[in-house]
Amino acid sequence: MTTTYASRPAAPAARRGPAPSPVVLRGLAGLAGLVAVLEVLPRTPLVSADYLPPASTIGRAFWNLLGEGTFWSALGDTLTGWGIGLAIAVLAGVAAGVVIGSVPVLRAATASTIEFLRPIPSVALIPVAVLLYGTDLRSKLLLVVYASFWQVLVQVLAGLQDADPVAQDTARSYRLGTWGRIRYVLWPTALPYVMTGVRLAATVALVLAVTAELVIGAPGLGQQLAVAQTSGAVPEVYALVLTTGLIGVAVNLAARAVEHRVLHWHQSQRGESQSR
Amino acid sequence: MTVRIAARRALFAGALPAVLFAVWWLTSAGSTDFYLPPLSTILQKFPEVWTADRLMSDVLPSLLRLTAGYLLAAAVGIALGLAVGSHRVLRDVLEPVLELFRAIPPPVLVPVIMLFAGIGDTMKIIVVASGCVWPILLNTVEGVRAVDEVLGDTCRSYGITGPTRLWHLVLRSASPQILTGMRQALSIGIILMVISEMFASSNGLGFTIVQFQRSFAIPEMWSGVLLLGLLGFLLSLLFRFAENRALAWYHGLRRAQRDS
Repeated sequence: MTTTYASRPAAPAARRGPAPSPVVLRGLAGLAGLVAVLEVLPRTPLVSADYLPPASTIGRAFWNLLGEGTFWSALGDTLTGWGIGLAIAVLAGVAAGVVIGSVPVLRAATASTIEFLRPIPSVALIPVAVLLYGTDLRSKLLLVVYASFWQVLVQVLAGLQDADPVAQDTARSYRLGTWGRIRYVLWPTALPYVMTGVRLAATVALVLAVTAELVIGAPGLGQQLAVAQTSGAVPEVYALVLTTGLIGVAVNLAARAVEHRVLHWHQSQRGESQSR
Repeated sequence: MTVRIAARRALFAGALPAVLFAVWWLTSAGSTDFYLPPLSTILQKFPEVWTADRLMSDVLPSLLRLTAGYLLAAAVGIALGLAVGSHRVLRDVLEPVLELFRAIPPPVLVPVIMLFAGIGDTMKIIVVASGCVWPILLNTVEGVRAVDEVLGDTCRSYGITGPTRLWHLVLRSASPQILTGMRQALSIGIILMVISEMFASSNGLGFTIVQFQRSFAIPEMWSGVLLLGLLGFLLSLLFRFAENRALAWYHGLRRAQRDS
């Protein structure tokens, strides 16, 4: 997005000192602050402990969950739906995006259709999924794939469009073929966008997997949450919300790590590692 | 000449949808599957189901809740994003907390928010806002961080600081990224609008579609799905229009770079 006016020198070895401890410490301080607020707030008249139990109570409920077999199988169900759905969506999104994005006629012909289909909220398909597949894994997959496919596709298309015109012309004057241009000019430009797309899709896939469980009643953490809510087990509700959050964090960290590895040459990643 | 270009563009825009529509029409024409009724039946039901009355009583409340939640999320997200993005220490302290909150799938907050806010409109607005705020916030942070260093130095050497710098440099440079976040937030907002209505509501689009599904009024349900799609499409069109106006300078810049 930004234009680099001067090339940066590679980070000298001396800068890669010990682990960036101040950053970690500050982050831990932030988390500790959050826990402290959650512990104190329910004990004040501001918030009723019936609605928001103190952090220690939630922690105990979370610990109890970890000892239950149903919790682990629900976790497995959620992750299965998420993983399979995401894999299908990413493969299909990248394949479709590269084909459509590198052929101008196709891009022009599909633009309106993509614009029409993309914003259709995947939850509109919930009733359809229920009717067709019931609480089966397939109804979860239908929602997950539909929602995350567009995230990837749109990012791939945006990335291909962002290709540097000078580089494109250079490639053309060096007579790179279509495949060569995709491989050496379009793909490197698009890759940051693709990674963003995958990261977004990973999050959206988790959201839709849990939603399908929560609303449709497909087995998984969302269903456990619905059960805990109807039986008025408030600490368990928070413990399950915390669990989904932790899964989300794990998903994000994994996506970041992959992104960092794949894009180590890119300006955004280099700038980050240098300033630390 | 321009007429020909416009006609070409219309042809491109219309061809594939027409083909897909025709395929759906033809393959479903003789359908006896109860769950997959012929398209003609669905379209026939559409004007019967979605009368002006119903649009007022179900679609309008949904849209109002969506708008309120979305605007709330945009205001909070951009303000917080600017603060977090421009202060290194603040970012370090808050980042893990924000990551945790963002990572919670917004629909699981529906039961929690119901504890505090009951099942009224407030709950739905908070649910929409709580989901929309994260893409806006995090994209703003990224956008602020990616402000061009040379421009930043230029500002510094000209003594441009404070609100002027924020408005002319930071917000300007971050705006393409902020709008990207807002576009992502829009689709999340629609999802949450529908889900919050599926949970506990007496009106709204999500509520009505689920009612149709539960009473096995299948063509009516499909017409609702179509309406939701149409609504999502119109909202994204509206967004694109607004985005093109707000980012005219940016698109012009990119075009100039491409053409030169």
